[in-house]
Amino acid sequence: MSSPIVKLVAQRIALGILLLLAVSVLIFAGTQILPGDVAQAILGQSATPESLANLREQLGLNQPAYIRYFHWLGGVLTGDLGTAMSSGQDIATSIKERLWNTLFLAFWAAIVAIPLAITLGLIAVRYRNGWVDKLISGVALASTSFPEFFIGYLLVFYFAVQHQWFPAISTVYDGMSLGERLQAIALPAAALTLVVLAHMMRMTRAAILNVMQSAYVETAELKGLSAAAVIRKHAFPNAIAPIINVVMLNLAYLVVGVVVVEVIFVYPGMGQYLVDHVTKRDVPVVQAVGLIFAAVYITLNIVADIAAIVANPRLRHPR
Amino acid sequence: MVDGKAKSGPLLDIRNLRIEATVYPPGEAPRTITLVHDVSLTLEKGKVLGLIGESGAGKSTIGLSSMGYGRGGVRITGGEVILNGRDILKGGKEGLRKLRGREVCYVAQSAAAAFNPAHRLMDQVVEATLLHGTATRAEAEKRAVALFRKLSLPNPETIGQRFPHQVSGGQLQRVMTAMALCSEPDLIVFDEPTTALDVTTQIDVLSAIKDAIRDTHVAALYITHDLAVVAQVSDEIMVLRHGRLVEWGGTRQIIKEPRQEYTNALVSVHEIEHQEQQPGTAPMLSVKNVTAAYGGGHVKVLKNVSVDIFPGQTLAVVGESGSGKSTLARAITGLLPPEQGSVVFDGRTLANRLADRPKEDLRQLQMIYQMADVAMNPRQTVGTIIGRPLEFYFGMRGRERDKRVAELLDEIEMGKGFIDRYPAELSGGQKQRVCIARSLAAKPKLIICDEVTSALDPLVAHGILKLLLNLQQIEKVAYLFITHDLATVKSIADSIAVMYRGEVVRYGSKSKVLTPPFDAYTDLLLSSVPEMEIGWLEKAIKGRRMESAGN
Repeated sequence: MSSPIVKLVAQRIALGILLLLAVSVLIFAGTQILPGDVAQAILGQSATPESLANLREQLGLNQPAYIRYFHWLGGVLTGDLGTAMSSGQDIATSIKERLWNTLFLAFWAAIVAIPLAITLGLIAVRYRNGWVDKLISGVALASTSFPEFFIGYLLVFYFAVQHQWFPAISTVYDGMSLGERLQAIALPAAALTLVVLAHMMRMTRAAILNVMQSAYVETAELKGLSAAAVIRKHAFPNAIAPIINVVMLNLAYLVVGVVVVEVIFVYPGMGQYLVDHVTKRDVPVVQAVGLIFAAVYITLNIVADIAAIVANPRLRHPR
Repeated sequence: MVDGKAKSGPLLDIRNLRIEATVYPPGEAPRTITLVHDVSLTLEKGKVLGLIGESGAGKSTIGLSSMGYGRGGVRITGGEVILNGRDILKGGKEGLRKLRGREVCYVAQSAAAAFNPAHRLMDQVVEATLLHGTATRAEAEKRAVALFRKLSLPNPETIGQRFPHQVSGGQLQRVMTAMALCSEPDLIVFDEPTTALDVTTQIDVLSAIKDAIRDTHVAALYITHDLAVVAQVSDEIMVLRHGRLVEWGGTRQIIKEPRQEYTNALVSVHEIEHQEQQPGTAPMLSVKNVTAAYGGGHVKVLKNVSVDIFPGQTLAVVGESGSGKSTLARAITGLLPPEQGSVVFDGRTLANRLADRPKEDLRQLQMIYQMADVAMNPRQTVGTIIGRPLEFYFGMRGRERDKRVAELLDEIEMGKGFIDRYPAELSGGQKQRVCIARSLAAKPKLIICDEVTSALDPLVAHGILKLLLNLQQIEKVAYLFITHDLATVKSIADSIAVMYRGEVVRYGSKSKVLTPPFDAYTDLLLSSVPEMEIGWLEKAIKGRRMESAGN
C-alpha cells in the first residue's frame, strides 16, 4: 500500500469519527428538546414538585446539559449505555443479543441479495433492451415498489399460511441450531431481499452500461472477446466503485431500515426493540439505539468510500 | 497466416462495400443515411494502404469493416469483404469473433482511452493471443517483450507490469501497436494512431510503426487525415470524400501528380501567403516576467515568461503539450493569477485575479477555444450566443442587437439564415466560426485563440485561418495564437514565442525565429513537422539533435 491511499483512507476514517461525534450531539440535543424528562416520565401522575426535584438530584438531571452529554458520551465509549427506565435493565446487555440478531438477519439477506442483484444486473446488460432485460427490470422494480409490510404479509400468506413451509413468526432463542435459525428467518430475509434487490440491480446495470461506451470496450470487442467476457473482464472492473457504493447503502438499510419487517415477523432485533421503547418513551434506550444505527450507517459508508478508493488503479498504483 | 495454406489472390478484397446508419435527428422521423457508397479496394499481403479524407469521409468505417465491425448503429448493408479468400460477412458472429484479434487487429486513435485502466498492460497485450489459443502465456509474453524492444519502449522487460496511466501517451500508442502485432495477424488497421500526439512524439511513433510493419511483413490499412503522415508509411493511398472514392494510386503519384481536384486541394493545403508585420513602437499587451504555478505553488508551469503583443498583430505561442502555452493564456486572462510578474495592457497593469478586473478589461480580452462545440450552450440558438456579449457589454436590445448579429454572421461568411439554428445543427468549422463571431461581438483589442484549428480537418482549418486573417484586417484586432502546429504558425504569425517546459526558449519576429541557427529545441520542433515528401521520415530521424520530451 502506497502513501496516497493511506492518507485518503485515514482522512475518511477521521471524517467518519467526527461525523459520529456530531451525530451523538444531535441525538442528545434532540432528546433534550422533547418536553418532559426522565424524572417526569418515571414519576408519571404521582409527580409533585418536591419528588421531581429529588429524583432529578438523584439522577443528576439538575446538572447543565453539556456535563450530562459528556457523562453520557463517556459511558458510551466505555460500553455503558445506561439503564432502561421502563425495565431497569442494563441497555448494553439487552442490546447485545438483539444487535446480533439483527446483524444475523441482515447478513443472510445480504448473502442472497448482493450476488443476485449483481448477476441480474450483468445479465440485463448482456441482453440489454431485449425481453430478458425488460423482464428483470420490471420484476425488480415491482418488488421494490410494493411496501415492505405488503411483501411481508404476502410471503406469510403463501409460505406460512397456505403451504406452511416456514413459520409466520420468526422467534429465535438461545440453543437453536443454525438450520433452525435459518428456517426461522427465511421469510423476513426474503422480504428484505426483495426490497433492496432492484436498487442494486439497476445501479449495476447503469454503471456497467456507462462503461460500455468506452473505447477500451471496443478494443476488447475487436480482440474477438464474447459479449459476456467483455462485460465481465473489461466493463465490470471499471464499474465497481458506483456498485460498491449502492451495495453499502443497501447494507446499511438492511441493518437500520429493518424496523417494519422485524415488527411484522416479531423478530427480536434492534428494530423491534426501538419501536417498543419509543412507545414507552424510554429516552436512554432510544438514544443508544439511534447512536448504534448512526454508527452502522457511517461505518458502511466509510467502507464504501475506502473500497472505491482501493478499486481505483490510479490510486493503488501511482505513477 | 492462419492455417498455413498458400492462398492466391489478395489478402483483403473489399467489393462494392455499402455501409448505412440510422440517424435520429431531433424533432424529425428517424432516417437511414448511407455512409459508404459502393467502395472497393484490394490489399496485397505485406502492403500498406493509406486511407485519407476529412472527418465523415468514411475512412474509419471502411477500416473497421475489414473486421466486420460497425461502430454504434452502423451496419454493413451491401458488398463483400473477402479476407484470406472468404467473405467474412457470411461467417456469422462466431466467425467474426474468431478472426478479430487473430487475423485482423486494430490500433485506435487514442491509446490512452483504448487501454482498460483496470488491467496491467501485459495482460491486455497478450489477451487476444491467449483467447485464440495461438500461443501459451509464456510464449506470448516473450513475444510481447520482443515487440516492446522493437518498438523502442523503455524497460521492455518490465513495462508490461505497469498500468496504462503510468505510461505516457506516445509510449501507450507503441504498446498498442505491440498489442496488435502480438497475435501475429495478417492485417492491422491503424486508425489515426499518431493524430493525438505532439509532433515530436508523432515522429517517434511513426518510425516505430514503420519499422514494425517492415520487419513483421504484416499488411496494414493506415487511416489518417494527414497526407504528409500517410506518405511516409504507405505503398498506396486512397482518397475518400463523403463515403465515395475520389482517387486511388501509388503514394508518389498521389502526392506529386494528383489527378483529382480534391486531392490537389488536400496536397496544397496550408499555404497561406501572409506578409509579416513589423512590431510597432508600443506594445498593446506586455507579459512581464510572469511565473505561475498550480497546486498552491508546488508545480511551476510558467517560469519568468515575458512577451509583447502589438496592436493588430499576431503572436504565435508554440510548444508541445505540457509546455505551458495554455497556462500563459490563463495567466493573461486572470483565470490563474500569476505568482510573480504582471500583465500590462494599454499602459496599465491588469489586476491579477479575474474577479478583480472591471467589465471593460474583460471586454478587451476575448478567448476562442479548441473545442467549439463544448464552448457553446447547446440549448441556445446562434443568434442568442452571438447576441449575448452585445447585451452584456453594450446593453444592446431588440432590433439593434439583431442587426449587429446579422452583420457579424456576414463577417464570418455564414449569413442570416443561421440565426435560429442550434449548435448541434452546425458542422465543426461553422461552430468555430460562431465562436469567432461571439468573441468579435465584444469588439476586443485582443483575442486569445487556444488551438482553434486543431480539432478541424485541414481544409476547414485553412478556411478558419483565412477568415481570422481577414477579420484582423477589418477589425484591427490582435491575436495571441496558441498552437502546436508549425504550419499554422508560418501562415499567420507576425512574431513567435517557442515554449519548452514553462519557459520561452526562442522569441522574436517570425522571420527571425524561423531562420537558422536554431537552438536544439526549436530545431527538433521544426524538423518533426511531417513534410509531404517520400523518405522524409528517415531523414528527419537521422538528423535529430535531441530526444523528444515525450520519450
